[in-house]
Amino acid sequence: MSSLRTPGGGRIDRAKPLSFRWDGQTYTGFAGDTLASALLANGIHLVGRSFKYHRPRGILAAGSEEPNGLVTVKRDAARETPNLRVTQVELYDGLEAISQNRWPSLQKDYGRINDLLSRFFPAGFYYKTFMWPKAAWKRVYEPVIRRAAGLGEAPTLPDPDRYAQRYAHCDVLVVGGGPAGIAAALAAADAGARVILCDEQSEFGGSLLAEPAARIDGEPALAWTARSLVALAGNPRVRLLPRTTAFGYFPHNFLGLNERLTEHLAQPAPGAARERLWQVRARAVVLATGAIERPLVFPGNDRPGILLAGAARTYLNRYGVKVGTSAVLVTADDAAYQAALDLHAAGTRVAAIADLRPAADGALPAAARAAGLKLITGATVLATEGDLRVESIDLGRVGTDGKVQPLERIACDVVLMSGGFNPSVHLYSQSRGKLAWSETHKAFLPGVSAECERSAGACHGVYGLAAALDDGYAAGAAAAPLPPEAPPRQPRRASVEAPPMSFDAYLGALPSAPTAAKDKAFVDWQHDVTTRDLALATREGFRSIEHVKRYTTTGMATDQGKTSNLNALAIVAETLNVPIPQVGLTSFRMPYTPTSFGSFAGASRGDLFDPLRKTPIHSWAVAHGAVFEPVSLWTRARYFPQGGEDMHAAVARECRAVREHCGIFDASTLGKIEVVGGGAAEFLNRLYINSWTYLGVGRSRYGILTREDGFVYDDGVVARTAPDRFHVTTTTGGAPRVLAMMEDYRQTEWTDLEVWLTSTTEQWAVIAVQGPEARRVLESLVGDLDIGAAALPHMAVVRGRICGVPMLLFRVSFTGELGFEVNVPADYGLAVWEAIYAAGRPFGMTPYGTEAMHVLRAEKGYIIVGQDTDGTMTPDDAGLGWAVGKSKSDFVGKRSLQRASMTAPTRKQLVGLRTRDPKTVLEEGAQLVESPGQKPPMRLLGHVTSSYFSAVLGHSIALAVVAGGRARLGQTLQVPMPGGDIPVEVTAPVFYDPTGARINV
Amino acid sequence: MLVIVCPYCGKRPEIEFSYGGQAHIARPSQPVDLDDQAWAEFLYMRSNTKGLYAERWRHSHGCGRFFNALRDTTTDHFTATYKTGEPQPEAAALRVPATVTP
Repeated sequence: MSSLRTPGGGRIDRAKPLSFRWDGQTYTGFAGDTLASALLANGIHLVGRSFKYHRPRGILAAGSEEPNGLVTVKRDAARETPNLRVTQVELYDGLEAISQNRWPSLQKDYGRINDLLSRFFPAGFYYKTFMWPKAAWKRVYEPVIRRAAGLGEAPTLPDPDRYAQRYAHCDVLVVGGGPAGIAAALAAADAGARVILCDEQSEFGGSLLAEPAARIDGEPALAWTARSLVALAGNPRVRLLPRTTAFGYFPHNFLGLNERLTEHLAQPAPGAARERLWQVRARAVVLATGAIERPLVFPGNDRPGILLAGAARTYLNRYGVKVGTSAVLVTADDAAYQAALDLHAAGTRVAAIADLRPAADGALPAAARAAGLKLITGATVLATEGDLRVESIDLGRVGTDGKVQPLERIACDVVLMSGGFNPSVHLYSQSRGKLAWSETHKAFLPGVSAECERSAGACHGVYGLAAALDDGYAAGAAAAPLPPEAPPRQPRRASVEAPPMSFDAYLGALPSAPTAAKDKAFVDWQHDVTTRDLALATREGFRSIEHVKRYTTTGMATDQGKTSNLNALAIVAETLNVPIPQVGLTSFRMPYTPTSFGSFAGASRGDLFDPLRKTPIHSWAVAHGAVFEPVSLWTRARYFPQGGEDMHAAVARECRAVREHCGIFDASTLGKIEVVGGGAAEFLNRLYINSWTYLGVGRSRYGILTREDGFVYDDGVVARTAPDRFHVTTTTGGAPRVLAMMEDYRQTEWTDLEVWLTSTTEQWAVIAVQGPEARRVLESLVGDLDIGAAALPHMAVVRGRICGVPMLLFRVSFTGELGFEVNVPADYGLAVWEAIYAAGRPFGMTPYGTEAMHVLRAEKGYIIVGQDTDGTMTPDDAGLGWAVGKSKSDFVGKRSLQRASMTAPTRKQLVGLRTRDPKTVLEEGAQLVESPGQKPPMRLLGHVTSSYFSAVLGHSIALAVVAGGRARLGQTLQVPMPGGDIPVEVTAPVFYDPTGARINV
Repeated sequence: MLVIVCPYCGKRPEIEFSYGGQAHIARPSQPVDLDDQAWAEFLYMRSNTKGLYAERWRHSHGCGRFFNALRDTTTDHFTATYKTGEPQPEAAALRVPATVTP
């Protein structure tokens, strides 16, 4: 056993030694250790290099606030987790941990040169330095900064682990399992409440785990803790969640908890969930999150071996580890004396206690004097020495005149510091509760709550074990729901024996002599922010703490300034000579500590990332080798390659087949809405730009929907299937928003109309049969139904049966050929598709996908809303002005379309483009300009919206929107590209069969 | 995530709802009678209230109904939800949701 381990005591199991590796070396610890306590037991303080200056850094704290000890824990190639706080990594046998941000080694790191060059890296260094030359940013600065930035390295392999997620409801959620939290849980459970108690540590008890001498209600505090936990665990209405961090507090008492399930296990069971995300809705919340000890700001305060006094005491009493052999305590409060007394009793030499206060008269200082410890009051720290470990400390004394005189140099291998406590108000602040400055505590405390919430114990500014327990009992009792008419409960009270607490605290930088060493005094350890950086920021004119924070990056590291924020605030306040509350406070954000992406993602990965919508004909497309593409949430067949064809060859073949014979296309994804009722026609009149009153039953019309601002929102064919019934189709992606818009007007504006709206998208399978042979194919399947040109002209709709299945048949075309769309109930979709395909094979029927569909419709100049329109196009811009119902006094968007700017001839209008070289296919999104050879900035006339090679026409085609485009037919414009200008001729948007002769047959 | 009381279905989580902007803005009965200024006022101008705000929600993944709500934009607390067409409740008559103050 190492000489730094105490022979007994603490929460470790000395009978269970564990072997672990740190930077390749093997060491031993015990079950119950954290990686931090195990390293300290082996005499290791140096655990990392600082972010900016690469200064050697040691363990500062014992809890989740640790800013320095960020390490990578590696289980295997895929399970390599960076930036874990060494104080939160529980030791297991075979644990492998690696230090970060150093090269070639932790002991010898060439990055240290930054520390010597630090006067070239002041606050705002990036803003000031990387301004010029502009071209260097992308090639030089950014890659270098990216390489240098950050601490650990993200794993490159996919995360192989499973992450669980659960929802939970409770009457009272207690965050923090220290004395106040346990008391609150007990009181709430006593009142019959459903309680969840969570704590980020492996064991409940909080500060009691490091307080072996304390007694509660006549028994040792740890016995009281154990008994309380047994009582809570035995209550079926209570759930205990250890290793669970409440990382976020969201509106209406919704909290996110992250439970770590297997991180502490040497051999997690295969397939076991690694973490569990709890989303908890609590009727009431009790925050018992404790307080974090405040470090002191003095030159050289970041050497390994300098740590918080309370942390040293936790290592000693909870883990049986003496943090050093010779200690100097620097303190501004009484509580820290207990650390010196405990270490002294354990055999660590306490070389001196330097108290910043002019006098120290409490019970604990008296005990220290009685123990023969050297006590210096009115002290300050001038410097520390030591390279990879602190070796000595230079103390000074502040005279009555405020002047600092050097006092003495004291050799030591650890310095313990305490500047009082910062109540952990992070979650309270996230809940939008107002913080109030307490001059007594020299800290911000919870003020007026915004949620049904209360704080208890140290996070509430209630220090000392007895007071914290009473506060916890009261909070738990008040949070539990009272039955009506019940008398108010008398909360329990605790009787306690424990070391007393004082409210003394120190804020800001310690007084220092003008001759003091020039070493840096760190405020934010994790982001390497010093007193000089803060002073510089205020000198450069930053006044708001929000600006100072962003300029210096203080408090912006992953620890969110848990140890640094208040000192930074105090230094800025002092420099500006204003009271601290006037400087204000920066916001606390979730997560409280870094939370893994896996936990948020849960099962939503891979196939489960998004719901995938498949048509009834999907399996057929798979069996016929289709290549698919996502269209909103749908997956659609893009093309059907045959015999090693690439996409262009397949699409060319599919297009030719449709134009020459016939094609079959799965259009089931079309949005469909059934609009029914006596007011249906009037409803559509008011909504669509078209007029519907005189649309006969059995007829359909191409409808266009604009928003109230006059811009095209959606389009689709609308059929009247009965006097009071319309079958409305929408774009594939637009169905939900069109239905929502319809519902909005129906429910909130036109309540006079009798209309019902029903989404029928997934009830119908839609099979498009297109091409000169389409009618002959279908005739053989529809029995006696007359689908000839006279009985069923273009845009006619008829009910019938196909293969005995009820059918709604549309005579419509999105290809420019004779076309039908067969609508059958979805469950019959595949069977009918197969029957049509079998009947069509002798006619050369070819399945085609969305890519061929796009080419065919572009050849005809049919737009796709969202591709050829972009939310700033009127119907007239898109060449659809003919559709506007001229006689209608109103429709959604009409008034906007009457504004002068909406009818200006210079608006961008849809046109066609022909490249001079027929083989050149323009890039969609490419810009159009007037003349060749221009240099930026150029006047942009518009852009290409659709562009394909048309195998049928033998040349490329494109649709574009061009300013005043319809007046430019025949003009030559230029498409400037990296390879040079491409000349294009402006044409009408219809490239194929402009008279529509092929449709009307 | 907010808890929203649908006047038709009761308390439901926010993910079941979609937001509908400011409430009590009626579409003019004859938009063509408005000049550009008045139309723009209807179409684009919305208040950006700090405090109690009357707004529209739709229980889109529930009953599908639109309704109105009074929400404090500084705290996200709802003080009332009510059916479309009903008058906006008087703010003074509303009970502020109970919070346990420390």
